[in-house]
Amino acid sequence: MQRPGSALRWAAAAGRWGCRLLVLLLLVPRPGGASEITFELPDNAKQCFYEDIAQGTKCTLEFQVITGGHYDVDCRLEDPDGKVLYKEMKKQYDSFTFTASKNGTYKFCFSNEFSTFTHKTVYFDFQVGEDPPLFPSENRVSALTQMESACVSIHEALKSVIDYQTHFRLREAQGRSRAEDLNTRVAYWSVGEALILLVVSIGQVFLLKSFFSDKRTTTTRVGS
Amino acid sequence: MAGVGAGPLRAMWQQALLLLALCTTGSRGLYFHIGETEKRCFIEEIPDETMVIGNYRTQMWDKQKEVFLPSTPGLGMHVEVKDPDGKVVLSRQYGSEGRFTFTSHTPGDHQICLHSNSTRMALFAGGKLRVHLGIQVGEHTNNYPEIAAKDKLTELQLRARQLLDQVEQIQKEQDYQRYREERFRLTSESTNQRVLWWSIAQTVILILTGIWQMRHLKSFFEAKKLV
Repeated sequence: MQRPGSALRWAAAAGRWGCRLLVLLLLVPRPGGASEITFELPDNAKQCFYEDIAQGTKCTLEFQVITGGHYDVDCRLEDPDGKVLYKEMKKQYDSFTFTASKNGTYKFCFSNEFSTFTHKTVYFDFQVGEDPPLFPSENRVSALTQMESACVSIHEALKSVIDYQTHFRLREAQGRSRAEDLNTRVAYWSVGEALILLVVSIGQVFLLKSFFSDKRTTTTRVGS
Repeated sequence: MAGVGAGPLRAMWQQALLLLALCTTGSRGLYFHIGETEKRCFIEEIPDETMVIGNYRTQMWDKQKEVFLPSTPGLGMHVEVKDPDGKVVLSRQYGSEGRFTFTSHTPGDHQICLHSNSTRMALFAGGKLRVHLGIQVGEHTNNYPEIAAKDKLTELQLRARQLLDQVEQIQKEQDYQRYREERFRLTSESTNQRVLWWSIAQTVILILTGIWQMRHLKSFFEAKKLV
C-alpha cells in the first residue's frame, strides 16, 4: 500500500531471478542417486517402494529375481496419477528407462501373489537422475583439462565394470541357488525312492502269499 | 520477462522451490511403508572387509489428519545385522532417524533387519510407518568432499583417490567371486557324487529284493506243495 510501483518492480525482479533459478536447476544435472536393494518377498505378498521424482529426470528401474521357485515376479511402476508406466507378469529380469513427465511420488511394486509357498529374493536398482558430482560446486563453466577428462572417462568405465560385476554376482547366486536346490532334491528323492522300492517289493510278496492261502482261513485273515 | 502478472509469478516461485527441495533431499529418496510390529529384512551380498552405511528416517501416519507427520520424537527402530553364519554383528536401537555402520569380516549374505518396537503406534490406530532408507556399500561410503577437506587434495588428486577406491572394490569383488565359484563347484560335485552313488545303491537294492522275492516265494510254494 506504500508504493505500488516499487513493489511491482521488486516482484518483477524476483520473478526474473526465479525464472533464472528454474532454468539453472533444469540445466544442471540434478544430484540424484541410485538405490540398490535386495529384499525377501514372502509368498502371497506384495511390497511397494516409493520415490519423489522431479519432472524431466531420467530414471531407470532394473530388477532381477535371485532365489525362489521359478525365479519370477510381477512388477508394476505407476506415476503420481496412478497411470501404469510399466507392468510385467512373471518376469525374471528386466530393465526399464523412463523420463518423469510430472513431479510427484512414483510407486513401484513387486508381487509374489501368484505363488503359494515359495518366497523369493528380489534385487532392484532404481537410478534417479545423474550421480552426485564429486565436488559440491561442480557447475563448471571452463572446459576440463585432458587429465581431468581422462579421469572422468576412467571413472565411468569403472562404474560400468562394477555394474557388470553386480549382474554377474546375481546370476551366479541364482545358479548356485538352483544347484543347491538340485542337490537337496536328489538326496531326498533317492532316499524316498529306496524306501518305496523296499516297501513295494515286500508288499508284493505278502500280497501274493495271501492269494495262495487256504480258503478256510480267508475269512479270519485280517490282511497281510 | 518484465511485466509478468502476480499469478504466473507465484507459480514460477513454487516450481523453483519445489525443484530446490527435491534437489536437496539427496540420496535418501526411496521409502516404503511398514506395519506396527512388521520386520523388514534386506540382504547385502558383500566381500569381506567392506564397510556398509545405512541411514533411515521414519515418519508416522497421523490417522486424524491423514498425513505423514514430518518427524516424530520417541519413535524407535531396532536394527539387527546378521553375518552369513547367522551370527549377530549389530543389534541396536536407534531413534526415529538413525545411521548404522558395520564392516563385514566374512564374505557372503549379510541380513539387515529393521523393525519398530515402539508402542506409541498403537495409540494412533493407523499403525503405518513410512521409512526412508538408503544403504551405501563399499566405495560409496566414502564422503569425498570430507576427504578432500581433511587431506587438502586438489580436484585431480581427489579423482585419483576415487578411482583407487573403485579399483579396490573391484578387486575385492573378484576375490569374493573366486570364493563363491569354489562353493558352487563343491555343490555341483557333491550332486554328481550323490547321483552316482545312489544309482548304484538303487540297482543293488533292486537286484537284492528281486533275489529275496524269488527265494521267499519258491520256499512258500514248495511248502504249499504247488511246485
